[in-house]
Amino acid sequence: MNVDLEVDLHHLPRVEGHGNIRIRIEGGKLREARWEVVETPRYFEVMLKGKHFTTAAHLAARICGICSIGHALASLRATEGAFGVTVPETARKLRLLAKHGETLQSHYLHLFFLVLPDLLGTDSVLPLVETKPQLFDVARRLRGVANRLCEAVAGRAIHPVSLRPGGVARAPNAEQLRAARHDLEQSLEDLDAVVKLFGSLELPAFERETEFVSLEGEDAYPFIGGALISSDGVEKAERDYRAMTNEYAVEGNTSKWCRLSRESFAVGALARFNNNHRLLHDRAREVASELGLEPVCHDPFKNNVAQTVECVHATVDAIAIIDGLATEGMGELSTPVEPRAGVGVGAVEVPRGILYHEYEYDEDGYVVRADCVIPTTQNNANIQHDLVELAQRFAKAGKTDRELELLAAMLVRAYDPCISCSVH
Amino acid sequence: MRYLGLTPERPKLAVFDFTGCEGCQLQLASKEESLVDFLGLVEVVCFREISSACSDDYDVAFIDGAISRQDEVARLAEVRRRAKTLVALGSCACFGGVNKLKNAFDLNEANREVYGYLAQETMPTQAICDVVPVDLAIPGCPVSKDEVERVVQHLIWGVPFRFPAYPVCVECKQRFTTCVFELGELCLGPITCGGCDAPCPAGGLGCWGCRGPAAEPNYEEFFELARARDFSAREIAERLEFFGAFEVRP
Repeated sequence: MNVDLEVDLHHLPRVEGHGNIRIRIEGGKLREARWEVVETPRYFEVMLKGKHFTTAAHLAARICGICSIGHALASLRATEGAFGVTVPETARKLRLLAKHGETLQSHYLHLFFLVLPDLLGTDSVLPLVETKPQLFDVARRLRGVANRLCEAVAGRAIHPVSLRPGGVARAPNAEQLRAARHDLEQSLEDLDAVVKLFGSLELPAFERETEFVSLEGEDAYPFIGGALISSDGVEKAERDYRAMTNEYAVEGNTSKWCRLSRESFAVGALARFNNNHRLLHDRAREVASELGLEPVCHDPFKNNVAQTVECVHATVDAIAIIDGLATEGMGELSTPVEPRAGVGVGAVEVPRGILYHEYEYDEDGYVVRADCVIPTTQNNANIQHDLVELAQRFAKAGKTDRELELLAAMLVRAYDPCISCSVH
Repeated sequence: MRYLGLTPERPKLAVFDFTGCEGCQLQLASKEESLVDFLGLVEVVCFREISSACSDDYDVAFIDGAISRQDEVARLAEVRRRAKTLVALGSCACFGGVNKLKNAFDLNEANREVYGYLAQETMPTQAICDVVPVDLAIPGCPVSKDEVERVVQHLIWGVPFRFPAYPVCVECKQRFTTCVFELGELCLGPITCGGCDAPCPAGGLGCWGCRGPAAEPNYEEFFELARARDFSAREIAERLEFFGAFEVRP
C-alpha cells in the first residue's frame, strides 16, 4: 500500500518533562519510529553524595514535582534499611496514607488534565470551565481531596515535610483525620462519575504482549517495600533490584532504558493491576470488571483504566486506614535512628510504577554512593517498542499524519511518563 | 471579572519549563477552591504540561526551573524577547535551586558516574536572572499558590508586589507553631524571607531556606544561635547551600 506518513512532535505536550516523537512511513513501510527523551540531566545521584541522612529524603523529593512523596518514602526506606531501622506501626500507616494521597493526586492529574482532552477533542482541560463546568468541578473537587489528604498527613501537597528517618515528625489531629475521612467518603460519589465517564469514552484498541514488573503483594495491594515480581515469572528480593531493572544508557536519550526477560518491560498502574489484581479492595475490583479490565491486560492504553481502578482502591483503603487509626489510637510516631556504615534499598510503588533508591552510607551517616531507578526510565524502552508496533499496524490502515500523531501522543501519554524524574 | 466597577485587563500568560521538577508550574493548577477564579484572571495561551495549544503571543511568561544546558539559554532568550513581564517561578528559577548542588562536583566526573561512556551535554546550573533580566521572582520549593495569586492580581492592576521583609519566624508565631529549635531541629527561619505561612515548622521540620534571605538577615546572631545548640558548621553549611539561595557560610 502506498502510504506516506510523517510525525515530528517536538516537546510532546500534556506530559511531565520533555520528549519527542518521530515517525516516518514511506510507501507503507516504517522507516523510523522513535521516542526520544531530551530532558536536561540533573545528576541527583551525584548531588546526593556527601549529604547527611537527614537531608537525603528532602533532596530526593525534589527529583519530582508530582511523586515527591514517593521519592521521599523510597529514600527513607533505603536510609532505614542501611541503618537497620524499622519504623513503628503508626508511622507505617501514616506513610501509606500519604502515599494514597499522592496516588490520587497524580492519577487525577493524569486522567483529567493530561488524558481527557484527547478523548474530548480539546487542547486542554481549561475550556471545560466554560463548556462542561460540572465535569470540571468533579476534577477540581477530586484533586482537592487528594491535595488536602497530603497536606494533612505529609504537611504539604508536594515536597513533604513530616516524613523523616525513623517514622513521621507529626500526626494529623483527630479533627484533620475526620475532615479527611469526610472528604474521601464524599469523593466516592465523584469517583462513580469518573468511572461512568471513562466507561463511556473509547480508548484506542492496541495490544502488544509485554512483561509487567511490580512489587509482589502478600496480604495487601502493595505500595511500600517487599519482594519484586514480573508477569514472566521473575522473582527477586527488594535488595536485588538491579537484576530486575538492568539499566543502560542509550544514544540520543538523556534517560536510560531497562530490560528484563525481554527487550523491554512495563511498570505502573497496569503492571500493578496485572500482578496484584486479587489484592484490590472489592469495590475497586468491581469497578475493574465494570470497565472491562481483566488481568493480564496487554493494552497500554488501559493503563488509564487501571489508574481509575487504583483511585477507587486508594480511596477505600485510605478510609480504612483512618478508621483503624481512630479505633486503635496513635502509637509511637518515630523510632530513634543511629547511623552506621551500610547499604540500603527502598522500593516504592509510585503512581507511574516501581521506584528504587539505593544509598551507601559511611559510619557518620553521610551518603557515599546513591542510585535511583525511576519508573519512567523502566518504561521508556517499552514505549519505544510499542511505538514501532503501533506505527507499523497503523501504516496498513492508510490514515493522515494528524491521526497518527494523535494516536502516538495518546500512547505515550497513557504511560503517564514523568520525564524530569527519568532524567534525574 | 469586574472589581469595584472596573474590568481588568486579562493578560496572556505562558508557562515554560527548564531544569527542574515542574512542581511549581503544577501549583498553578492546584488550590482547587479558587482555581476557576484564578483562570478567569488570566488567559493561559501556552502551558505545555497541561495543554497542546501554544501561542507565541503572550504578555506574562512564568519560568519554572533553572538553566543548565546551552539549548536552554537560547530558548529562554526567545521567551525574554517576546514577554513583556518575565517571572521566575520557584527556587530553581530564582536561585538555581537544588540543581545548583551539582556545581560543587566535577561535571565530567559526574557524567562518567551517571552515564558511563555516553556523557551528556551539561553546564554549571544558573538562575534565570544570571541569563536574562527578570522582572519578578517568586521563590519557594514549591511556590505558594496563594502568593502566586496575589502576585498575579498585583500584575493585573499594575501595583508593585512587595514580598515580606520579615523572616519565617514571624509566621510561626502567627500560627502558634512551637519553635522547632526547641524540638532539637536546625531551622533557617530566623534568616529566611517569610510569606510562605511557614508550613515546614508546622510539620515538625526546620526551615530549609527555599525563599532565600529575609531583608537584613542577622547572620552572625543566627550562627551564634545554631552553634549554641550544637549544630556543626557542616550541618549549617549543608542547609544554607541546599536551594542555592544563601551565599553566606558559617
